[in-house]
Amino acid sequence: MPGIDIVPIYFADREEMLRRLGALLERDFETSVRYRNPWFDPEGSFDSSRGQYNSTTVLKQLLDDPQEPASRTLGVTSVDLFTPVLTYVFGEAQLGGRAAVVSLHRLRSDVYGLPPDEALLFERLHKEAVHELGHTFGLLHCRSIGCVMRASAYAEDIELKTAGFCEMCRSVLRRAGGVSERT
Amino acid sequence: MERDVGGVLIVDDEFSVRDSLLNWFRKDGYRTGVAQDAKEALARLEEASWDVVLLDIKMPGMDGLELQRRIHDVEPDLPVIMITAFASVESAVQALKEGAFDYVTKPIDPDDLSHLVRRAVERRRLQRENVQLRRSVEHLATPTTIIGASPQMSKVLELVMSVAETDTTVLIRGESGTGKELIAQTIHANSRRRYFPIVPVNCGAVPESLLESELFGHEKGAFTGAQYRRKGKLEMADGGTLFLDEVGTISPQMQVNLLRVIETKEFTRLGGTKPVKVDFRVLCATNQDLEQLTKEGKFREDLYFRINVVSISLPPLRDRREDIPLLAQHLLAKYAQEMNRPFTGFESAAMDLLVRYNWPGNVRELANAVERALVVGKAPTIHADDLPVRVNENSGHSVGDSLADVEKAQIQLILERTHGNVTRAAEILKIDRVTLYNKIKKFGLRN
Repeated sequence: MPGIDIVPIYFADREEMLRRLGALLERDFETSVRYRNPWFDPEGSFDSSRGQYNSTTVLKQLLDDPQEPASRTLGVTSVDLFTPVLTYVFGEAQLGGRAAVVSLHRLRSDVYGLPPDEALLFERLHKEAVHELGHTFGLLHCRSIGCVMRASAYAEDIELKTAGFCEMCRSVLRRAGGVSERT
Repeated sequence: MERDVGGVLIVDDEFSVRDSLLNWFRKDGYRTGVAQDAKEALARLEEASWDVVLLDIKMPGMDGLELQRRIHDVEPDLPVIMITAFASVESAVQALKEGAFDYVTKPIDPDDLSHLVRRAVERRRLQRENVQLRRSVEHLATPTTIIGASPQMSKVLELVMSVAETDTTVLIRGESGTGKELIAQTIHANSRRRYFPIVPVNCGAVPESLLESELFGHEKGAFTGAQYRRKGKLEMADGGTLFLDEVGTISPQMQVNLLRVIETKEFTRLGGTKPVKVDFRVLCATNQDLEQLTKEGKFREDLYFRINVVSISLPPLRDRREDIPLLAQHLLAKYAQEMNRPFTGFESAAMDLLVRYNWPGNVRELANAVERALVVGKAPTIHADDLPVRVNENSGHSVGDSLADVEKAQIQLILERTHGNVTRAAEILKIDRVTLYNKIKKFGLRN
């Protein structure tokens, strides 16, 4: 059974970015990654009144897997995500569960009227993917500056943190089997 | 990583909203609870302590506004954040007027929500901390309950203030109930030691066999039952003040030990070998005649001189009757607030009795009498009938020895108690009304 299933949702034109992300996640979580196409209709999570996709519905779709799933399932999308009560989210994950989803939409500089920056975009995507997967291992938001589990309300906040875990979060991750003892 | 940074209770009839907020706050490390209606919310509030309630304003049955009122009836300081749809902003404003911490409109900006909840939790934490600090520093504030405008009390207070700043040992003397401990607290509160504790030891209340361990503490295994090392009152008073109440009752052996400690500021715990250094000021109190006890050899002269550097004598209440109305009114206000009873004052006959009574138990007895009157009386005024029988019976009427004098005094007393109501007075005196009128006329009593 592979470690992480990566499921692109409305992400067709960014194959190379997806592969690079997969490679980094293999390293970060010391596991194998498998790429799978969605087995569900992504439009099922679209809310026409808000013009956004419901991240909680996406999680449900990811969990409703007809095949034997990997240990973790990560949806990666370029559409804008929301939860019923929040205006937007960068991603969502089941705390101590199996599924997570992360969106590229609000990580893009051009959304905020700045010139596009592909390198920065990838860096942000990587950090948010690690962050959401961290939640699936039971990690909560962390106050340590630099820890990837630090909460980020704005895209610029993501620059403040690294893609790595602080010592305390890493020890929780180790106990949850997210990384091996030697790291 | 931080855990249980506060407790958030989410009340919303929509599952998706509850679920979404629950997940959001759990990831932030908050302890979370959910309720789908007011009934469930009230149950959650009884089960656990929360730091903030997120409350949907529109719910079937009891709405958010009504629930907020119920919550604040029980916990007035619990921050409530109203969640509202755009259409119900007016209700949200109403909620603010009624004490809501803030309101947010759905959908909520995640950053706004995080900040708002963090602020609410922080306010809650500060409020709790404030209450705790107030409790712990209560002894630092000058007790405001020393009431008295009489020359005797003014002199006492003057002396208290002049010795407070020194480190002198003070012997506070006075009958039981005159407020010796209050004076000790006032000295401590105005001394440089006020940031350290005042540790009272009632020497008369602790059996002699236990007093030594109480004062000096003991090491583990010092005696049967000493399972742990325990600090004594001397160590607890380090930096502060040791208040030895009823100092005249301590045994000759303890007097020797105490004298040594007061002089050397060093002692050894029971069962211990290592000397412990302490720094405290000693205040003592007694209602006994220590000079007489010294003469009789029951109290060591050297200890007497050591503790009696400055002596403050508290006058009995009967010697400062002019303070009684002030004290009684102060006690009434205090107990009325504590018991939530709407009393405002005393009728003149009741106050007259209070002033005339001899108060053998001094201020303590007066306090008990006022407290009792508040329990049995009918607001807003305390009547003579509400005071204890002993106050009514022994209030110092100048009664002669003859039967006529006693009869006249009794009729006068009952007339005062019934506010001049002859019919009621006659009933109490068990005589008919006409007879009472005749006696009033005969004794020249004013109706």
